[in-house]
Parts: sequence; structure tokens; C-alpha cells
Amino acid sequence: MIDFLTQYPLFAALLALVGLAAVFGALLGYAAVRFKTEGNPIADEINNILPQTQCGQCGYPGCRPYAEAIANGEAINKCPPGGEAGIQALADLLDLEVIPLDSEHGEAKPVKAVAFIREAECIGCTKCIQACPVDAILGAAKQMHTVIASECTGCDLCVEPCPVDCIDMIPQQETLATWHWNLPNPVSRQVNIIATDAPQDDVTRDRAA
Amino acid sequence: MRKIHGFHGGIHPPENKHQSVRTPIADAGIPPELVIPLLQHIGTPAGVVVTIGQHVLKGQVIAEAQGFVSVPKHAPTSGTIHAIEDRLIAHPSGHFAPCIVIIPDGKDEWIECRGTPDYQALDKLQLIDLIRNAGIAGMGGAGFPSSVKLSVKAGTHIETLIINGTECEPYITADDVLMRERADQIIEGAKILRHIISPRETLIGVEDNKPEGIAALRVAAEGSGIEIVEFPTKYPSGGEKQLIEILTGKQVPSGGLPSQVGVVCQNIGSTVAIYEAVVHGKPLISRVTTVTGNAVREPQNFQVLIGTPMRYLLQKAGYQAENNNRLIMGGPMMGFTVPSIDVPIVKTTNCVLAPTEAELPTPPPAQACIRCGMCAQACPVSLLPQQLFWFAQGKEFDKLEHHNLFDCIECGACSYVCPSTIPLVQYYRASKAEILQLRRDHEKAEASRIRFEARQQRLEQAEAEKEAKRAARKKAAEQRAQAMAGDSGEDPIQAAIERARAKRPPRRARGAARANSINWRKPWSRRRNAWTPPMPNLRRQKPRVAISWRPCKPAWTKPATSWRRRNRLWRSINRRTMTRRRSTPPRRQSREPWPSARRKPR
Repeated sequence: MIDFLTQYPLFAALLALVGLAAVFGALLGYAAVRFKTEGNPIADEINNILPQTQCGQCGYPGCRPYAEAIANGEAINKCPPGGEAGIQALADLLDLEVIPLDSEHGEAKPVKAVAFIREAECIGCTKCIQACPVDAILGAAKQMHTVIASECTGCDLCVEPCPVDCIDMIPQQETLATWHWNLPNPVSRQVNIIATDAPQDDVTRDRAA
Repeated sequence: MRKIHGFHGGIHPPENKHQSVRTPIADAGIPPELVIPLLQHIGTPAGVVVTIGQHVLKGQVIAEAQGFVSVPKHAPTSGTIHAIEDRLIAHPSGHFAPCIVIIPDGKDEWIECRGTPDYQALDKLQLIDLIRNAGIAGMGGAGFPSSVKLSVKAGTHIETLIINGTECEPYITADDVLMRERADQIIEGAKILRHIISPRETLIGVEDNKPEGIAALRVAAEGSGIEIVEFPTKYPSGGEKQLIEILTGKQVPSGGLPSQVGVVCQNIGSTVAIYEAVVHGKPLISRVTTVTGNAVREPQNFQVLIGTPMRYLLQKAGYQAENNNRLIMGGPMMGFTVPSIDVPIVKTTNCVLAPTEAELPTPPPAQACIRCGMCAQACPVSLLPQQLFWFAQGKEFDKLEHHNLFDCIECGACSYVCPSTIPLVQYYRASKAEILQLRRDHEKAEASRIRFEARQQRLEQAEAEKEAKRAARKKAAEQRAQAMAGDSGEDPIQAAIERARAKRPPRRARGAARANSINWRKPWSRRRNAWTPPMPNLRRQKPRVAISWRPCKPAWTKPATSWRRRNRLWRSINRRTMTRRRSTPPRRQSREPWPSARRKPR
């Protein structure tokens, strides 16, 4: 055998390469089994960016399915609650172009809303409870229902099924706890300090005066 | 002589402190109305324990602490609770907040106070509890409850206790006059704090622009082992972390607390309040506030009740509203413009500044950043303000965090030196708030994701259980059939069919049997020459379908409206449902488990 290999170095090289390929192939195969990632990591990251309102406005039953769809090439502009910021974040993550929000799926609301059940009018039909994707409505059949405001994502899904139209979406007011400083008004920075930079009509008016 | 360390940056703005120290502390007296906000410090607001119309005594608890980072509120004087309502408070937002309004009766009657002059007998926790119940929150400006600061985690050894008498901000002299007039109380308070914390050394740090205060403290501290440390004036040496660096040379780690480097800091005002609370049993119901600025005739320091409206206090000092361009709570560097002159003085109000336009001119419009780097030289935390400004404009939040935005103490040194007069601090405050908001939103999104997934799992489980039950039933039926068949070795159903077939009349006789039944042929059949059976009486059949979709009346637990109204409501619902269903044929339920994206027109 040794003699044969020394005689035909081509075979020796071939044998060495095949041997290496077999060893590394086995290693890779083992690693693929041993370190297998659960689920789709890209979908997980996309899901992290999505606002988790579970409103279904994108046409998918929840944020997770939409995240998986995006991972498979769906457009990133179908999430109104995420707004422009959400699209920007998704575009950054996936290295895509920033595109405007698809108005077919609704418009971004500037103020978040929370569902409120007018309790005197509730007939206890449990339809809103079945519709709520995050279990934020409390109640039982033929008993009054109420919304847990801190858990409500403002998805609007409970409004449609209500047979007596007793659910309102109340926009959340700014309170002392939620107030914060805003960025300075950029308009104040567009003042022309240098007189010659001022628009021409201003200068002529000054001269006339 | 102790070694004085320095800190990076800092500025030397005009001090303007001499105006307000010419006279001793004056008593502001009792105003016609006191407004006590329930939240005067960092943390959760207190819970009201009085009712409207109730008579309260001076020092009586009117609101209880709620949670760990909270302190109670006390009545600043005796009087009647006039209202518990939302009032405008001293906050840059101009929002209303819940307040207790007291109309004083003028008697100024104290509730019974029990002081403990021999505080040495009490243990640490009892003293901290006492301080908390006295409602003491940091009086330097930020307003962190003192009891929280003092309850250091078990196992952390505190090397140094620092009493902060720096008062580096221009105009403010509230701590300076306290040092001049109540040096004994400060030293006593420091001794109480020393007893609670038991540090290796106790220091009182004072800037060298307060020689009278330092002299008074030195006399009072004779033989007590408390060291008075004097160091050069520079803004902002009064910042907690800056003072710790000056006095000990230690730097508090980014995002950390002073106790991590073995230091606890307390303000001079808080120290006096702690002395009053422990030795005399008096809660924090008044404080020393500087009223200054060129728009007041007699700038001075007042001992003022918490809740006194600023208008009352300013009038005492000879306020000239026509000369004042804006009213500032706090100093010119870190203070903010109050929304109205009627806001109340709170525990953190160390200064009310009423400047004229010439004194503190309205900032000129900001110009472009020229990257001169003066802000970076002035920054006491060694940040890169110009870089932070850049990122704040572009809303690049992760980069802001990378550049340690959260270490910014918002001292305003960068804005002060900026030749382009850019309001840098406002950019940082806005960005910080935005980042915190994003974090909160993300937390909420995470919570809803978990709830959504839990719900999906629950629904799936319910479905699986149903499926399993069905399978079990099917299997049981099969088994039963098997068991029945087991004896004879044949299918019982098949056997029953065979038996029936055997009983059947012969083929010819079947026609007659069929003729007797009415249903053998449908009457609308096209077959000719066939016998048509009489129509069955359809009218007698119950309209079963018509009833099934009629919603049943709910069992009302508690009638909210009259039965008449309710019946009318139900009639209308039924009518609506009926008409809707009648006009369109019953639609097959969508197979999609998810409601369509269609919205109800609103």
C-alpha cells in the first residue's frame, strides 16, 4: 500500500483530500445536530422590533406570524402601530430600503388608545373576550366585562364583535408621569444672524423703513 | 490637611450670591392658603388620609407614604382641609397634579411632638423610620427620599459620610445662611447621621466662597471629630458625584450609586431637617428658600412653610412683576421656568429666582455647532457633548447610550460655554426621556407578546384536548363494537343489517308498502304518471330555524336600567339581528382562525 502510494503521489493526494473531507464533513454534521438553533433567529429579531399589539392589521394572525412572513420576504410596511420608527428599525435590521407605510393596512395613530367598556351597557356576551389577543378583558358569560387598561394594546379587535357597541377606544392623555422634555424646536435655529443672509424682501423693507 | 482632588471641566459663572445674604433668615409667616402637592420628590405620590372639611393640627400627617421610595406629607400649620384637587404645580410640564389645599386658622397649633434627644439609644432602623415618617426628602434639588439614601444594603461598608454644603449654583444661598445661623444644628444632624451609618470619617464639604459659613461650622464642630473641608469654588462641585471625587478622589462608577464606593451624601438642608425630626420630633413642614433676582426689591432667605404659593413669598420680598422676564424655580443653571406665579413651594424649592431681562436675557436663537469642543472641556463628567448633540438630533439612541448619555448630570455647563448658544441640555433631557419611553414600550410589548403566546398555547391545548377526547370516544366505540363482535366473530352491525334484510317482504310486495308511505317520492318530482302523495302538513312544524339564532336574554345580576328600557333594548337588538340575517343568507363561518382586517365603519 505504502509502495503504491509512493509510486502514485496523485492517489496519495486524492486519498488525503478525501480523508480530510470525510473528517470535516463528520465534524460539520455533528455540529449541525449538536448546535441546532431552535426556530428562526431572524424571525425572532424581527418579532422583537414589532410592537406586539397583535392587532392583525397586517393581515397575519399576530405579530409572530408577520415576523415569520417578513423573514420569508414579505414587505415591511404593513404594520401601522409600529409606524415610521418601526419600518426604520426593520429596514436597518434587514438592510432594506425604507418605504412608506402601506395605507391599505391602516394609518399610524399618533396617540395610543386603550379600550374602555361602558359597563352599564355591557350585556355579558363574552364576544370581546374571545376577540382579545392578549387576554386583557375580564368577565364571564352574562356578567359585566371590563378591560385591564395596563394590558390593553389598543388593537381595536374587541370593538367590532360587540353587539351593543359599548366599547370605546379612549386615547391616552399625557400625564405628569408620562410627560417628558421635547427636543428644542428646530425653527428657532433657522434664524438668520447675518444680515446679508436674510431674504431679499426683508432687506428692502428695512431700507424703506 | 486633607488632599483636595479635582474633577474634569467645570465653569465659573458669576456667583451673584451676595444679594441675598445681607439679612438673616426671615419668617415668611402663614399665607392665606397652603397647597401641598402629593408628589414633591422622586418616587410614588403619597396617599391622602384626610377628608375635606377636616380640621388638622400643625405637623399632623395628611398623606401617607406609599411604597419604599415615598414619604408622608404633614400639615404645615393648623387649619381646615379646603379641597383635595388637581392644582398647577412647580413642574416644567405645566401639568396639574393632585394637591391638598389647607386654609390656615391662624392659631398655628402644634400636634403633640415627641422628640428623642437621646437618639443614641435608638437603633439604625428605628432612626431611619423616624426620618422617613418625618417626610424628609433630599432638599438640594433632586429630592430623593433621605431614608432611602440612608438604608444602605447590608454588607456594604460606608467609609465616608459627606454633608454637602457646596451650593455651587449661582444665586442660591439657602445652605449658606443655614451654615451661618444654624451651624450647631447641622453638626448635631451630622452626628445623628454618623450614628446611623457609622462611617470611618464624616466630612462637611463647603466651597471657599462661604467663609462665614465655614467659620461658624468650624466653631460648632470643635471636638466632634467632624471635619470641615474647604475647596475652591467651581460649578458644579455640588453635584453628588463631583463632590465625592473632590473630597475622596473616588469616582462613582457609571450608572452606580455612591454607596458602591463607600460614600453616603446628604444635603445641609436635609441634615437640619433630620436634626429637627429626631431631636424635636418635628416633621419637615418648612424649609429655607432663597428669593432673589433683580426683580425683587429685597432679595433674602425665608423660612417658608411647604405649600406657600410663590406669589405670597415674592410679595414679601418686594416683587416687581413688570421687571421680571420669567420666574425660575432653582438656580439659573439647573432650574426651570415655572408655569405660573401661583405654584406652591415644595420640599425641593431651594430658590425662587426672579431675574430681569438684562440679568438673564432670553437665550438668542441657536446657531449651528462649529465643533469648537468647548463643551467637552467644560463637561464635569468627561462626556462629549457635541457628539451627543449630533446623535440626539439624529435620534440615534443606541449611539447616545454608547456615549454614556445617562451619566449626564444635566448641569448645563456645556450650554453655558456654547458659543452657538445651543440648548444642549434640553437635547439630552429629551433624548433620555425618549430612550426611557422606548424601554418602557419595549417592556410592555414583551409583556403582551408573552400574554399572546400564552393565549395561543391555551387555545391549542384546549383544541388538542377536544381532539383527544374525540379520539378516545371513537376508540371506545370501536372497542365496544369489537367486544360485541368478539363472541360470534362477525360485525354486529352487519348482522343487524342481515337480519333486517331477512325480515324484508319479497320484492313484489315492496311497491304496496311504499305506496302507504307518504315520503317515498317527492311531490315536486317530474316523474309522470306517478301517484302523487298528499302534501305533508308543513305548517304545523315548529319554525325551529327561526328561533335558534335569537339570542337569549341575559340573567342580570344587578339591574342598571329599568326592565322596560332593557326589554326595549333587547327588542331592538333582536330586530337588528333578525333584519341583518334575513337580508343576507347565512354566511359560512370563515375558516380563518383570525378575524379579517376589515374595520367596522365608525
